[in-house]
Amino acid sequence: MVAKLELRNVRKSFDDKVVLRDVDLSVGQHDVICLIGSSGSGKSTMLKAINLLVSIDEGEILLDGVDITASSVNPNQVRESMGIVFQAFNLFPHMKVLDNITLSPRKVHDIAREEAEERARDLLDRFGLGDKVDEYPDRLSGGEQQRVAVIRALATEPDLMLFDEVTSALDPELVAEVLNVIRGLKDQGMTMLIATHEMGFARDVADRVCFLDQGRILEQGPPKEIFSAPSEARTQQFLQRIIDAGRL
Amino acid sequence: MTEPVEERVRGPRLLGPPRNRPAREEGARGALIAVISTLAFMATAIWVILTSDAWPAVQRQFFNPEKIVDAFPAIARGFWLDIKLFLLAEVLILIISLLIAMARSLRGPAFFPIRALAITFIDLIRGVPIILLILLLGFGVPALQLPGVPRSAIFWGLTALITSYSAYTAEVYRAGIESVHESQRMSARSLGLTQIQALRYVIVPQAIRNVIPALLNGFVSLQKDVALVFVLGIREGVREADIFAARTFNYSGYVTATFLFLLVSVPVARFTDWYTDRDRRRKQAVSN
Repeated sequence: MVAKLELRNVRKSFDDKVVLRDVDLSVGQHDVICLIGSSGSGKSTMLKAINLLVSIDEGEILLDGVDITASSVNPNQVRESMGIVFQAFNLFPHMKVLDNITLSPRKVHDIAREEAEERARDLLDRFGLGDKVDEYPDRLSGGEQQRVAVIRALATEPDLMLFDEVTSALDPELVAEVLNVIRGLKDQGMTMLIATHEMGFARDVADRVCFLDQGRILEQGPPKEIFSAPSEARTQQFLQRIIDAGRL
Repeated sequence: MTEPVEERVRGPRLLGPPRNRPAREEGARGALIAVISTLAFMATAIWVILTSDAWPAVQRQFFNPEKIVDAFPAIARGFWLDIKLFLLAEVLILIISLLIAMARSLRGPAFFPIRALAITFIDLIRGVPIILLILLLGFGVPALQLPGVPRSAIFWGLTALITSYSAYTAEVYRAGIESVHESQRMSARSLGLTQIQALRYVIVPQAIRNVIPALLNGFVSLQKDVALVFVLGIREGVREADIFAARTFNYSGYVTATFLFLLVSVPVARFTDWYTDRDRRRKQAVSN
């Protein structure tokens, strides 16, 4: 069976700083993969490369077996089947919550306004944000904004979701509401790639955890293995620092 | 909000005398002092001018009531043409310059020709004095007598104004576009929007909000610069004042025209300040 997503020998550098070196990764249908590692280890760049927001220097990225980095591929089409949520929410501040969510369905997917709005309201209801339809983003809490950002990414009905440290900018008490949304998506069988610093969450939700170090996937395996018996010294050091900080 | 923003920003007063007077009372007192000192200053200035030896001559040549009444109808009619030209030009400038700024903001090798064209246009036009552009187009093009090309001085005068101001205004818009954080463009693109859709629905609406004061500034500037088309012989306000001066050897017509221009530009300038101020306060309220 063809993997949902596959990275082969992906390399990327910004000027002379290498941020991804020879990354190989295979993500099966319905897999939930967590990417862990310190800041600057390449997690974020990897997700942006998959969404084609960052172009790679070498290697291939295959989505459903098709190389999406080929020059013949229209990046807008690739992005239509993929959702990404960022650390800083990035909601559009001049649009109401409803318009934030319906923009892409209407303009990219040519769905009629009424239908797009109905679906958006359903999603908002489902995630407990039904009363925020007509609010502007700056009237919402960080957790609410981030949930809206997730809904916005879901509104185009993607079959792959990418999460780039989506709880890192949140106040601690708001983290859980966002993580619960992601847990809900796992239950529905969404394929997900999640860069996160929330180790407890990664242990719970991930089918596989990848530890990135200096642009390389140094180690990967089931969470139990990685968190209790990591084989690489760098992974042990990283996890030790997390434990010392009381975050695991 | 219950307390004024300023109060909260300052926080506890550690230095200086304790504040024992409410802020509002202090504000009223300040306003009173401002009014009194302004009146005193103006009264002195007017007294100095009116009692000077040169005043009778100045009044006769510049502020002659009879001449003003005499000159007014023609100048007002001409000024009305200025206003119409200004409004028409402004609308077109706002649209054309936005398109140029958007063209300039497109990324990627495929859009290179469009980008290059926009940059060339902006560089060239901004490098030419506006009066020279008016002369070139206003006298030059009609002289070619090309079939199907309009020969009206108004048409070419307007075209020159629009061309010149579009180049400047495009740069204002571009500054606005660049002031919108990169992450907005990225998240728009991640939703599958094309570059142009991202600009149109996400970037530009935010950009415009950021540059409204600068655009209003351009309004004031253009509202005066429309008068430059008088060099083409168009009988707008300044031209009419000029004709009056040539006929009567009296400059009260110029003063009449000056007054009419001020009547429009001062309120716009005040509005710009008021808007900028309100915008700043609103942003402060949000970030608090």
